[in-house]
Amino acid sequence: MPDQLIYAIEVFFNGLMAGVLYALVALGFVLIYKASGIFNYAQGVMALFAAMTLVGVMEGQVPFAHLINAVLGTKVHHFGWHLPALVGIVSTVLVMVVLAWLVQRVIFKHLVGQEPIILFMATIGLAYFMEGLGDMMWGSEIKKLDVGLPQGINLWIDEATYNIFDYGFFIDNLDIVATIIAITLVGSLVIFAQYTKEGRAMRAVADDHQAALSVGVSLNFIWIMVWSVAGFVALVAGIMWGTKSGVQFSLSLIALKALPVLMLGGFTSIPGAIVGGLIIGVGEKLFEFLVGPLIGGATENWFAYVLALLLLVFRPQGLFGEKIIERV
Amino acid sequence: MFYREAGDFSTTYREDSQTFPIKFDRYRYYAVLIIAFAIIPFLLNDYWVNAIFLPFLIYSIAAIGLNILTGYCGQVSLGTGGFMAVGAYATYKLMTAFPEVSMVVHILLAGGVTAFVGVLFGLPSLRIKGFYLAVATLAAQFFLVWLFNRVPWFYNYSASGQINSPERTLFGIPITGANTEPWAVYLFCLVFVTISAVVARNLTRGAMGRKWMAIRDMDIAAEIIGVNPLTAKLSAFAISSFFVGVSGALFFSVYLGAVEVGEVFGINKSFLVLFMIIIGGLGSIFGSFAGAAFLVLLPVLLKNVLVTGLGWPTDLAAHLEFMIVGFLIIVFLIVEPHGIAQLWRVAKEKLRLWPFPH
Repeated sequence: MPDQLIYAIEVFFNGLMAGVLYALVALGFVLIYKASGIFNYAQGVMALFAAMTLVGVMEGQVPFAHLINAVLGTKVHHFGWHLPALVGIVSTVLVMVVLAWLVQRVIFKHLVGQEPIILFMATIGLAYFMEGLGDMMWGSEIKKLDVGLPQGINLWIDEATYNIFDYGFFIDNLDIVATIIAITLVGSLVIFAQYTKEGRAMRAVADDHQAALSVGVSLNFIWIMVWSVAGFVALVAGIMWGTKSGVQFSLSLIALKALPVLMLGGFTSIPGAIVGGLIIGVGEKLFEFLVGPLIGGATENWFAYVLALLLLVFRPQGLFGEKIIERV
Repeated sequence: MFYREAGDFSTTYREDSQTFPIKFDRYRYYAVLIIAFAIIPFLLNDYWVNAIFLPFLIYSIAAIGLNILTGYCGQVSLGTGGFMAVGAYATYKLMTAFPEVSMVVHILLAGGVTAFVGVLFGLPSLRIKGFYLAVATLAAQFFLVWLFNRVPWFYNYSASGQINSPERTLFGIPITGANTEPWAVYLFCLVFVTISAVVARNLTRGAMGRKWMAIRDMDIAAEIIGVNPLTAKLSAFAISSFFVGVSGALFFSVYLGAVEVGEVFGINKSFLVLFMIIIGGLGSIFGSFAGAAFLVLLPVLLKNVLVTGLGWPTDLAAHLEFMIVGFLIIVFLIVEPHGIAQLWRVAKEKLRLWPFPH
């Protein structure tokens, strides 16, 4: 087999893994969008915030330490404990639930019935607010996140492929774990939506707010629940990306990567988010590998957008989205 | 007491349809122009121009441009930063290629180039709507920034990848480069701002503006009553991008002088201008100014209060600024979706009845 083709296959698999991570972020978007019609731009910042909180709790940082020090002139920074990952994750989930409740209570309760684009802009405001809040609470330096996930090259695959192609594929253990976790997460979300009472209520709300209200579903509860679930998905995404490249500002930019995924797959479709994520992940890696060197590289920044843009011109609802019907 | 339409009679159609039909408004407008052109230039120093007036004036043009597209025509764009970059790089290429041609021509041409690029990226708006379009304009943002970063022709193969504006003069007075006088650059930008505002105001209250607003309110209905969505949407994209391009050109050549594209015209710039028109008021020219003033003054104010006044570290003040901006966006969307411009309108309405409330 020619070398180029083998490299391309390796790039393909790495793209697939990256795509899973994009899909994970996109999933959070789809959940909120389906249930409340809100396009949550803040999803990426939520992932960053969740990861920061996790690190902060595990390392025993004092929240708002900088602020307290600046105002009171003290020198507090750490409580001096180190918590196991599980405790950190549980308390971060609690924080995300409280956040979901606050977001619903303080912001979106007052914006019910507004145009979607207004809601979208409100989430941009929320993203800014949370970005500032996260930095203020936990400090803006790059943090290392280690919850005990395996990292580094997978030797087994390296060896197996070396025996076949004479060239060992580099595939990160973390990516494999991420894929498994993402599949589990998606599976459990689907089961949750199909077979539990709350899941059914959630689908009812997604279908028709008023009809759901009239059969006694509490919109408020469902929305808080959905935001909490999205917060949890954000936490998982935050852990994956945070372990991979450190908890830092650029983590919030994965939201920007997830947007074309959504456009490609359709805003309302969970399978669409996953397929879209895989297409974008593979597409951008292959494009960078094949065409990138010819036109100056770093095409990953825009390839996904241009691909999605071109697709939208032909299929405005995305690959799996519901057909848009407009009435006057 | 002073703010009355009573006793102010229009005797011709021309008078009846002027921009400021109420006498007090008209005098206020002239007064603002006189202060801006004849008084402020004498009081300026470097700090005021660079920290407040230039950013305010230049962002106002960008905000007017985006307001035409988003506020009047209802097409949300997150590509403003990218289009400003087009304006900046177009002026740079023109300035270096034709040094003898006047700056005014270059800046207008840069606006024209941006308008063309804007139409190109506006084409998908004929098929997709709402936040699908908003996300699609991000394609423009990322693609354009990448293009200017990676294709050396755009920055004349300079080693740093930056673009620097060479010195150019207008009537013998330097307006770009290192040896500028505060009043000269201020006046230069002010002229552009004034013309932009007048043109935009008149466009939006004419036939074109009505078409845009019809598209914004309900595009299918607009199509049925005979508005051509193709020309209406694309003209909004073209004109909006023209203003944004002019502002990008001024931002680079007059204000900053040296630009690294990813830093200056990144996605944050797009959001900043979008926030200006949300806070200022969607669909209002005055709102564009109010929003630009607000978001230019806020960081300066916070910095003076927190860093200079209370002695906080700068990074903390920056975080607080993020929180405040985000918080204000949400508050405005909840309490007053039409922004400062609406508050102004309400105030004027109250003033008309004052001191008798009924």
